[in-house]
Amino acid sequence: MSAIVEKLNDETFVLNLGPQHPATHGVLRVKLRMDGEYIVEAEPVLGYIHRMHEKMGENRTWIQYLPNTARLDYLHALAFNHVYVNAVERAAGIEVPQRAEYIRVITAELNRISSHLVWFGAFIMDLGGFSPLLYAFDDREQILDLLEAITGSRLTYCYFRFGGVSCDIDDQFITGSRAFVKRMRERLDMYRNLVTNNIITIKRLEDVGPITAEMCRKYGATGPVARGSGINFDVRRHEPYSVYPEFDFDIPVYHECDNMARYMVRMDEMEQSLRIIEQALDKLPDGPYLLPKAPRIVKPAKGDFYQAVESARGSLGLRIVSDGSNNAYRLKWRSPTFSNLSLFGEACIGMLLPDALALMGTLDLVIPEIDR
Amino acid sequence: METILHYINLVLYVEPLRLLLYLAGLIMFVAANAAYLVLLERKVAGHIQLRIGPKENGPFGLLQPLADGIKLMTKQLLTPSGIDPILFRIAPVMVMVPAIMSFVVIPFSDSIVARNMDIGLLVVLAFATINFLGLLLGAWGSRNKYAIMSAARVVSQNIAYEIPMLVTIVAIIMVSGSLNMHTIVSQQLGGFWQWNLLNIKASLLMPAAFLIMFICMLAETNRAPFDLVEAESELVAGPFIEYSSMGFGLFFMAEYSNIVIGACLATILFLGGWGCPFGILPGVHWFLIKIYLLIFMVVWIRWTFPRTTFYGLLNLSWKVLIPVSFVNLILTSAMLKVF
Repeated sequence: MSAIVEKLNDETFVLNLGPQHPATHGVLRVKLRMDGEYIVEAEPVLGYIHRMHEKMGENRTWIQYLPNTARLDYLHALAFNHVYVNAVERAAGIEVPQRAEYIRVITAELNRISSHLVWFGAFIMDLGGFSPLLYAFDDREQILDLLEAITGSRLTYCYFRFGGVSCDIDDQFITGSRAFVKRMRERLDMYRNLVTNNIITIKRLEDVGPITAEMCRKYGATGPVARGSGINFDVRRHEPYSVYPEFDFDIPVYHECDNMARYMVRMDEMEQSLRIIEQALDKLPDGPYLLPKAPRIVKPAKGDFYQAVESARGSLGLRIVSDGSNNAYRLKWRSPTFSNLSLFGEACIGMLLPDALALMGTLDLVIPEIDR
Repeated sequence: METILHYINLVLYVEPLRLLLYLAGLIMFVAANAAYLVLLERKVAGHIQLRIGPKENGPFGLLQPLADGIKLMTKQLLTPSGIDPILFRIAPVMVMVPAIMSFVVIPFSDSIVARNMDIGLLVVLAFATINFLGLLLGAWGSRNKYAIMSAARVVSQNIAYEIPMLVTIVAIIMVSGSLNMHTIVSQQLGGFWQWNLLNIKASLLMPAAFLIMFICMLAETNRAPFDLVEAESELVAGPFIEYSSMGFGLFFMAEYSNIVIGACLATILFLGGWGCPFGILPGVHWFLIKIYLLIFMVVWIRWTFPRTTFYGLLNLSWKVLIPVSFVNLILTSAMLKVF
């Protein structure tokens, strides 16, 4: 008791950042202890949007749980689709047609770009620049229109099925995607000139917000956060799944460990995703988009399965424990943002509030994915 | 005897009437500016951001400010518990009144000026500082941590940019030899080559001095990229965080009025006031064209640049603006001595 009183009896004060704050992008709450504008201590408080998705996974049948996967990360829903169907297919021993794998890669990469675009706009808005958001949303609109035409939804996709995808892609989608790739390359050049090379952006990002590789390992941070700290790890390359090994793409890695490195990783990743989409469209094989003999009722074998994919935010893992029945015995998500956010408390100590919020912006938080 | 009577007549009947008319006119000018600059801002922002901005109310959304005003006035004025009731209520007035008062001494043209004072420039600068006291007290009285943090920023930002601005203005005063704004403009009439902006006879750094003045004006009015006081993604709304209804409305109007004052000051000191760039047809229209061009620049900058950080502004001010403005001052005084 006395220790707490003594501790608070100095010049610091507690600042409650969130759950409703423009910079936390959702219902994240951070308890900050501040010394003036310097952060002495930070503690993220979670649980405001907990919906028991893991418990739902135990109560619903395998196919019934599929729409839930889109509700976790509303920005890169197809990655969650992907990891779930991949895990169950592996457990149940379902073969996936080659065309379906290609369609999965194309749509997932398009979705990754749309996720990065939302991050780009929202992050620059965190820095106080409002206009790039609207431009990013203009690009994202093209992706949403493309995906809406084949998946039927614009945000919470439920497109992948055990043994394929729910609907084949048509010529309109293919030409539309090619046109988008061309358009997006020009737009990325524009963003580079207008936003990345802006003097204020550079001053706010370079040498600010250090996250070391050691810190990433300690907290299990993955994805662009780890790659901005010089850790060359991408699930698509190092634990390959689907048909990713057939494509030629680079893993952007930056060693500066600052905000700019994480920013550049994401901007470069968009280009790499465009490359993957282009190659996949070129190589797209004919054949069924859904296994004709795909079982209506999936009953995976008894056992313990883990599958990881690379979501827009990092390594997304799913562990399913099956007892051979209609639904999972246990289902556990390893969501990347949860680990990425965990390092915020250590990384932001001693920083000024505006810089700490810029650092939080580079973590690319999606709160429903953290809380599940 | 007759002169005395005439004098009494002037004071009792003509001068008060004239001042009353000017007061009403200035308040209308300030209110109309505040309302329609918001519309301009939203329209410009819309076109910069691939949108079209407000368009539903009236032609081209011209009645939007009216709708906004009615909405603000009919909203409930919330007073959170634990505030300082006097400071909380007095702050919006303290911000708004100086903004209107400054217009009294600003010469819109050769003949349109409410009070042609010999210390006009000093009056404007003095009122501009009261504005900050209002923000500080309002934030302090709100009993909100975000507001208090922004109050601290208000004070140090104030110190950081007022020094270069004042030093720059002192250089202009040395060139014109007067604090009377009418005199300052009169010396610049006759074409853009007479403007203080290009007055390299007085100092080679005059264009830089104008830039310093413009940057300080952005910082004074809390505009992006220096809107650190009300940085939305950090301090939510800064000093206005607990204000609702017209309490917030007054802050908002004062902010836009201050932009107009800043543009007026820059126009008078550097851009030749009501003088035409080519020496023909001087008049109030040139003054308005110049200030609205400057205001458009301000809006344009806001929707193009991200926000700087707080130490970024302080570094800029203490390491760049203040040294350059002092060099300009010394250069100006040396040149005046030589020629």
